[in-house]
Amino acid sequence: MTTAAIPYTVEPRPDTGLNNVKLGIWLFLASEVMLFGALFASYILLRVGAPPGTWPEGATILNVPLATLNTAVLISSSVTMVMAWASCMKRDLGKFRLYMGLTVLCGVGFLIIKAIEYGAKFQHHLLPSTNTFLAIYFTLTGLHALHVIGGMAVNAWFWGPGSKMWHTAHQQFTNRVETAGLFWHFVDLVWIFLFPILYLL
Amino acid sequence: MAQPGTAEREERHDDHSAAHEADHQLGFWRRVVFSVDHKVIGIQYTVTSLFFLLFGFSLMMLARWQLANPGEALPVIGALFGASRMPGGVMLPEFYNQLGAMHGTIMVFMGVVPLAVGGFGNFVVPLQIGAPDMAFPRLNMASYHAYFWGGVIMLASFFVPGGAAQSGWTSYPPLSDIAPTGQTVWLVGMIFLITSSLLGSINFIVTIIQLRAPGLTFFRLPFFVWAQFVTAFLLLLAFPPLEAASFMQLMDRVAGTSFFLPSGLVVTGQALEVSGGGSPILWQHLFWFLAHPEVYVLILPAMGIIAEVIANNTRKPLWGYKALVYSVVGIGFLSFVVWAHHMFLTGMGTVMNAFFQTTTMIISIPSVIILTALILSLWGASMRFNTPMLFALAFLPMFGIGGLTGLPLGLSAADIHLHDTNYVIGHFHYVVAPGTIFALFAGIYYWFPKATGRRMSETLGKLHFWPSLLFMNGIFFPMLIQGMAGMQRRLYDGGASYSHAQDVLWWNDVMSWSAWGLGLTQVFFIVNFFWSLKKGAPAAANEWQATTLEWSAAPSPPPHGNFAVQPVVYRGPYEYSVPGMERDYLPQDDPSETAADTGSGHGLPDPVPAE
Repeated sequence: MTTAAIPYTVEPRPDTGLNNVKLGIWLFLASEVMLFGALFASYILLRVGAPPGTWPEGATILNVPLATLNTAVLISSSVTMVMAWASCMKRDLGKFRLYMGLTVLCGVGFLIIKAIEYGAKFQHHLLPSTNTFLAIYFTLTGLHALHVIGGMAVNAWFWGPGSKMWHTAHQQFTNRVETAGLFWHFVDLVWIFLFPILYLL
Repeated sequence: MAQPGTAEREERHDDHSAAHEADHQLGFWRRVVFSVDHKVIGIQYTVTSLFFLLFGFSLMMLARWQLANPGEALPVIGALFGASRMPGGVMLPEFYNQLGAMHGTIMVFMGVVPLAVGGFGNFVVPLQIGAPDMAFPRLNMASYHAYFWGGVIMLASFFVPGGAAQSGWTSYPPLSDIAPTGQTVWLVGMIFLITSSLLGSINFIVTIIQLRAPGLTFFRLPFFVWAQFVTAFLLLLAFPPLEAASFMQLMDRVAGTSFFLPSGLVVTGQALEVSGGGSPILWQHLFWFLAHPEVYVLILPAMGIIAEVIANNTRKPLWGYKALVYSVVGIGFLSFVVWAHHMFLTGMGTVMNAFFQTTTMIISIPSVIILTALILSLWGASMRFNTPMLFALAFLPMFGIGGLTGLPLGLSAADIHLHDTNYVIGHFHYVVAPGTIFALFAGIYYWFPKATGRRMSETLGKLHFWPSLLFMNGIFFPMLIQGMAGMQRRLYDGGASYSHAQDVLWWNDVMSWSAWGLGLTQVFFIVNFFWSLKKGAPAAANEWQATTLEWSAAPSPPPHGNFAVQPVVYRGPYEYSVPGMERDYLPQDDPSETAADTGSGHGLPDPVPAE
């Protein structure tokens, strides 16, 4: 025995109505809100503090159609993520594999499109050091991309080797997929804020 | 004093020896290095952070010597530091700056917080709430390892070209943006330490909400648990902005961005080749958005420890338990809206200054309530003056001085005179050194028997306490005097070249001697710690006749899984000297009937079902 038996890892505690993992992920997301919130606040402060006329319009530098496509890709992945979780609830392993696989593929697609965007910027010598707008653009989207990669790694694990738990501890597996889903939706939500702020405003 | 249910307790002990053996079957690595047991992780945190506290303090012993004897060679050990730091034993200004920046960083982020939260929180909280472990044991292990490697990275930064970070523990840009490589290493180290804190804080909150024993309602939690609970929220929500700021400063240094670099910056006569347009004040906002709640991260667990020690050694309930709880929660909320009182002199404008000065005055109210309640708890008590109690009693006036000297700094008009002087250093060191660190010592003397099954020596403990109290004041009180005379902080020559500082220069000698004296005094503690580990007298399960679960329901040291049977809680945490009882303490898990009738108000049994 390496870990003591911890209560409420799977079943919810009656008086709080939550299991440990779900409470944990919500707290983690709260800290993530503060992380991205600080960067958004910095964006506002830097933009407001810039001398008039020096802050570039996002649309004049960035590729709005590609970003719109990426928004669609990411929102689709959120839908398939919910479907994957629903398949867990319905105990349909084939559907789970399908939807989880699609979620991961959407993540890959998002990153490829993002890489194309980054590549085009680098070709035109538009770098983080070029101006403060590009600095915050690369920092925010880069940090967001790291979150996408993290979420994909977890989802891929549940799609592949992690799905062994499907048969041995189904409820716990379902909880884990739900938790991963909450994180994935959060990453999606961050993009929903990033897109208008960086590309459209 | 025979305890009811002794037989039952012995039975529990037997059960546990089996679990204990299973524990010993694990290899060295799983048992000591990669353990997931909260008690082992707590001890890992404690030992590591005590090492960092000693190391961080020794940096200041060097710096204090330099301040008292500017430009003179440090005898005997001076030459050991090499030509790049102390050629011929004479300290270079760059090395002096590294000592200051790294002292602050190490003491705050690698010493006090990991000891108060990672060490005491990890070891004590699950035991006090009757839980078998933390909610996420592997996450707990990961957070210790992130802390450990963050610490190693910080120490390694002394050996990169140009030495460690030297822009102060606050790392204000633009200086920090253009500082040597050590600053980059500092930022990477900080990201590790912040990650560790975030993982830990999630774990604490979930553990306290989810794993409380049956019957242990929120208003029956020991005050220490409340303090850790609020602290965890502060860490969870205040640290991410500094993590964001660290990323941005890292981008400034590595990718050439200008988040914190304004346009037209000239360094050593040459215009800096950056795009500019950034804001150094932005860093200050992000930094202090963390660092002010961080001040409460430093003090709240300390207050929690003091509350436990005082209740136990006055043998009576804490005065105003609910007032304490409401105050600690109130501090938690308010601590997020006071940060810019560190920035009165940045030219924010009078409206902003007035706002932050007002919130600062408001947050002093719950702090004063806590201190007052703790002092009133002493009223009419027949105290036990053991070592933990001595440290706890010293905490009260020392924290009092620290708190009261903060008021002039919180008023923007008075702050103009005192800002960036030694007065500021004196003020917050009174809070953190003879305040928090004394509380941490009280905690070590108090819980050492629980963690090791052995008592620490009282004689050595008193030899540690009295000189420490003297030398602490010898170091920090002169700072207040020097600061009011206008002496700036961070001066390499200790103020020798400033005419207005001449009258208060001699205090530098007092402080230097006190610092080295304080260092020497810690030998008593180190000897006591290791000697007691091997040779200390065996401790009873409830060594201090305490009421909280870690003492009343678990053996010393507690085995893997902590409790043989799930403890059930019947009453509040501080039922000492209940009238009409033979014993002067009534543990939280004692099912005896008298409790229901004589409990002091918050102690009615509450039969919450076990599942």
